[in-house]
Amino acid sequence: MGIELQNITKTFGDYKAIDNLNLNIASGDLIALLGPSGCGKTTLLRIIAGLELADSGKIILENKDTTNLPPRKKNVGFVFQHYALFRRLNVFENVAFGLKVLPFRERPSRSEIRDRVEHLLKLVQMDWALKRYPSQLSGGQRQRVALARALAVNPRVLLLDEPFSALDAKVRQELRRWLRKLHDEIHVTSIFVTHDQEEALELADKIVVINKGRIEQQGTPQEVYDHPANAFVYNFLGNVNVFHGRIHNGKVSLGAHQVDAPDDLKGIEAKPSQTFVRPHEIGISRIRSSANDLSGTIREVRLQGGQIGLNIECEGLDDPIEAEVQRELFINLELAKGVDVFVSINRVKVFAGDYEI
Amino acid sequence: MSQPETSKNNLTVTKKRISDPRSVQILLISLTYLFFIGFIFLPLGLVFSQAFSKGWSFYLESIREPYAIEAVKLTMLTLAIVVPVNAVFGVSAAWAITKFNFKGKTTLKSLLDLPFAVSPVIAGLIFVLLLGSRTAFGSWLGEHGIKIIFSTPGIVIATIFVTFPFIARELIPLMEAQGRDEEEAALTLGAKGWQIFGKITLPNIRWGLLYGMILCGARSIGEFGAVSVVSGHIRGQTNTIPLHVEILYSEYNFTASFAVASLLVFLALLTVVIKSVMEKQFQKNSFHL
Repeated sequence: MGIELQNITKTFGDYKAIDNLNLNIASGDLIALLGPSGCGKTTLLRIIAGLELADSGKIILENKDTTNLPPRKKNVGFVFQHYALFRRLNVFENVAFGLKVLPFRERPSRSEIRDRVEHLLKLVQMDWALKRYPSQLSGGQRQRVALARALAVNPRVLLLDEPFSALDAKVRQELRRWLRKLHDEIHVTSIFVTHDQEEALELADKIVVINKGRIEQQGTPQEVYDHPANAFVYNFLGNVNVFHGRIHNGKVSLGAHQVDAPDDLKGIEAKPSQTFVRPHEIGISRIRSSANDLSGTIREVRLQGGQIGLNIECEGLDDPIEAEVQRELFINLELAKGVDVFVSINRVKVFAGDYEI
Repeated sequence: MSQPETSKNNLTVTKKRISDPRSVQILLISLTYLFFIGFIFLPLGLVFSQAFSKGWSFYLESIREPYAIEAVKLTMLTLAIVVPVNAVFGVSAAWAITKFNFKGKTTLKSLLDLPFAVSPVIAGLIFVLLLGSRTAFGSWLGEHGIKIIFSTPGIVIATIFVTFPFIARELIPLMEAQGRDEEEAALTLGAKGWQIFGKITLPNIRWGLLYGMILCGARSIGEFGAVSVVSGHIRGQTNTIPLHVEILYSEYNFTASFAVASLLVFLALLTVVIKSVMEKQFQKNSFHL
């Protein structure tokens, strides 16, 4: 096992940041801790690094119990949201820091340090900037240097705290892909914290969804996205239309309309329910194709890259629904603001009970 | 007056109001100059003209006189002890207040200003009452041959008290702005406490620290009130430069008094020069913030 967390609990005053959390991560995996801000994901990362002390629980990194080791002996690489590069040291000195502070006996020779630093900077494509100072680098470049610095000490595990959130969208995407590639080369067990579901889905081998200090679900991006364990996870992973209604004798009400309840909920006689539909699973046509179609009017059209977002007011529904259609379809159907359409809801996910988010 | 109709009109009106009254500008600038002339240039000029009123040789004699030299020595000794002590105190206080959470932190932070708020004379009296021969502690010290009041240690202690806020107050906002990220990064990279301090924290605050030390030093050279109370004015033993100036003055030895005072003026001017050089450095470096 790369990382084993057993019964971790952490409170700040009355506030439970981490609530008896257990997590096992396989060696060499890249894991995303995904959750809304304030869910405890950063706290958990800081606990693993030893920057915060857990109230109770056990932390085992690469089969070594590090629970009671001081942070400097845990041997974790930590990458901070705001880079935290040493502003008075140049890029070379920043990366060399972890090697230069080693006790004399363990410290590599000068030329070994130089080789290692240069190798790492080449790995993060920053070898041209040896003599630069952090203030002379862009955000993306700083984060690469920070990553090289964290890797310099051969960490047992690599922890990244919202590493891309301070960068602009384009750089963020670039760096994301680059990090995935880098991880495939070096294979160090890594956890990164993010509140961005896209980032988690694209980058991680496994996603751990956290809410209120507890794990809601863990699995591969595919599993988590396609089979969300509960309403929270469904809602958190991507845009979604939510319909509050009731399950009644095998039928789920969506406003004035009804759809069949999923098999596992058929037995329920009467219960409040929440029905989720992703915007891209809503079909749009100009002619009624089945009796179940809802009729509506397009109220808003938004350009979203290759797709078009539609805001549609439907008869019998209190709130307008959000739909996404391919650009081609949008043009072929001659859709526009104010056009009347028929809406078919293709795939719904129903959760019984009111789930507070 | 009618409202201006368009926003463009509005803009012109505001612009006019801000920049127009030339008379106000002239008034304020002349007031500033007048103030500087009346309270800085004129007195400074007077000090030097008085100091040299009996010629160069008398001037040199006044500042080379044994008592004057003793006063300079004592002032420098005080400076040499006070500034390092307050540097250590200031760094640890600023470190504690900005990097740890503990009880009474806010109270400590506000109490830091106390030496600025309290009259220096009272500060001096506090130490006389605390350490003087009339108190139990003071007489115990006396029995063991340790003399604090009316001697050099008393002067040093009083000066430390009066000047201790300078460095901490300079560092606290700086360290607050820099946060703990870099120290935490160093910690995860395996650095020990003293390595983090020496390689990360100290370099990050060095300009602020030097600046605070300059201010602290300037004040300890010039401190009169608190030192006056604890010194006892023993010529050649417990007189600092300001006290020596005062004694000469009260003996109607004006020229000698001003000659020695001119030394203080030189030191003050030197401080101002170093300070402005440092301010430039400080600003140049603050883009690293």
